[in-house]
Amino acid sequence: MSKVIRFAVKLSAIITFGVLFFMIGHILIRGIPNLTPSLFGLKYTTKNISLFPAIITTLMLVVLTLLVATPIGVFTGFYLIEYAKKGSKLVEIIRITTETLSGIPSIVYGLFGMLFFVIYLDFQYSLLAGTLTVVIMVLPLIIRSTEEALMSVDDSLREASFGLGAGKLRTIFKIVLPVTMPGILSGIILSVSRIVGETAALIFTLGTATKIPNSFFSSGRTLALHMYVLSTEGMHVDESYATGVILLLVILIINVLSTLLSNKLTKENRNE
Amino acid sequence: MNKFVIKNMNLYYDDFHALKNINMNIHEKKITALIGPSGCGKSTLLKSLNRMNDLVEKCTIKGDILLDSEDIYAENSDVNLLRKRVGMVFQKPNPFPMSIYDNIAYGPRTHGVKNKSKLDEIVEKSLKSAAIWDEVKNDLKKNALRISGGQQQRICIARALAIEPEVLLMDEPTSALDPISTTKIEELIQELKKDYTIVIVTHNMQQATRISDKTAFLLNGELIEYDKTVNIFSVPKDKRTEDYITGRFG
Repeated sequence: MSKVIRFAVKLSAIITFGVLFFMIGHILIRGIPNLTPSLFGLKYTTKNISLFPAIITTLMLVVLTLLVATPIGVFTGFYLIEYAKKGSKLVEIIRITTETLSGIPSIVYGLFGMLFFVIYLDFQYSLLAGTLTVVIMVLPLIIRSTEEALMSVDDSLREASFGLGAGKLRTIFKIVLPVTMPGILSGIILSVSRIVGETAALIFTLGTATKIPNSFFSSGRTLALHMYVLSTEGMHVDESYATGVILLLVILIINVLSTLLSNKLTKENRNE
Repeated sequence: MNKFVIKNMNLYYDDFHALKNINMNIHEKKITALIGPSGCGKSTLLKSLNRMNDLVEKCTIKGDILLDSEDIYAENSDVNLLRKRVGMVFQKPNPFPMSIYDNIAYGPRTHGVKNKSKLDEIVEKSLKSAAIWDEVKNDLKKNALRISGGQQQRICIARALAIEPEVLLMDEPTSALDPISTTKIEELIQELKKDYTIVIVTHNMQQATRISDKTAFLLNGELIEYDKTVNIFSVPKDKRTEDYITGRFG
């Protein structure tokens, strides 16, 4: 019996890695030969199919979204666990809302963003509309991971702090926050990956303009969106693969950086 | 001299009547032990002395608890100041996940001590009072979670002493420790009696006889008997006390 299970477990692992390697290999083989210097031109033209503006737009979207979503999400998480009365109606409503929101397909966010930000508030296809839509999309992620991190903090630490005559704010900032930092960070990292990989929520909010947006009210396209548009147009499949390679690279860099950052923060707070 | 005076105190968790009409005086610079079976309310009584019960939702208290003749539940009483005067050591060692030094300095920093040499002095003095200075003096930067449970508990005692409280509440401080650590902490408690009023909850009757001056026996939220420890354990007045200390229940 244990042999069968061992075999099944191994097989699953092989299938998982196999598919992953096949996909990455496929993208790399089709993409790398097409990575020409002209793809990195400062401006997109129909000749060079540059993806450089898309890289910048992606970074802009990530930074702007996190600037808005992180404080709101983290504070909401703190409110739910540290301040709100346990089992109150409001907490229940917020929790059900965030759980529901985190399960909704991103095209629904896209539709909402288009109807509300683009049309009703008349933002047009713009960086602003795109950012706000993605903010709503990643908020549940950040709230949930903050909540989970806070719930994992042993109550005896809070008691110890209160027992020494420390107030609520001091307890939260000096004791609870350092312990929860890695958990909160992992939520933020997940959000970054979602933003970088998002297309459905952005296509009708951020739009697909090929320039780098020069204001909150101008449109642009992220790497994923660029890739999607190129492949649906059917004219530049090779460049689309090349974009895929860059997208993989960007996600890899973000993951490595954030892992390093969270390791550093965890170590510091353990004082090793 | 009475440090605490508890008058007609009743405590409810929602509609559960956890402490029933408690009247007792706690003497200054003596060790008072609270004993009784699980769920009798001894920890609850202890926690009402520094208002840790405030953290429990739907906990209401009626009656008076006076610390040096001042009502600690009065509206204008400052709960953080109260907890500075009445320190607490918990059942499970709960050092903060930071260095030994920062653990001890947390309380003084909370109450406004910033001067580095003053903090150094407090840390050394507190660790010495908690009889752990010699074991950790070269490792002050070490994370407090990386020392043994017995040492952690003495760090927690040192942390409580660092804010120079007048009273030290201890909630079964040795129940999670091995016999050797327990002995060390019991010796320490005897030593601390010179400067502090100590109230200790214990499950262990031998511990109560070894260290305490007075013992209170609680049962189902009532204070059954409160007397000198020698009397409680040799000539208990109440049948229930006798049954408990002779091991007939609990």
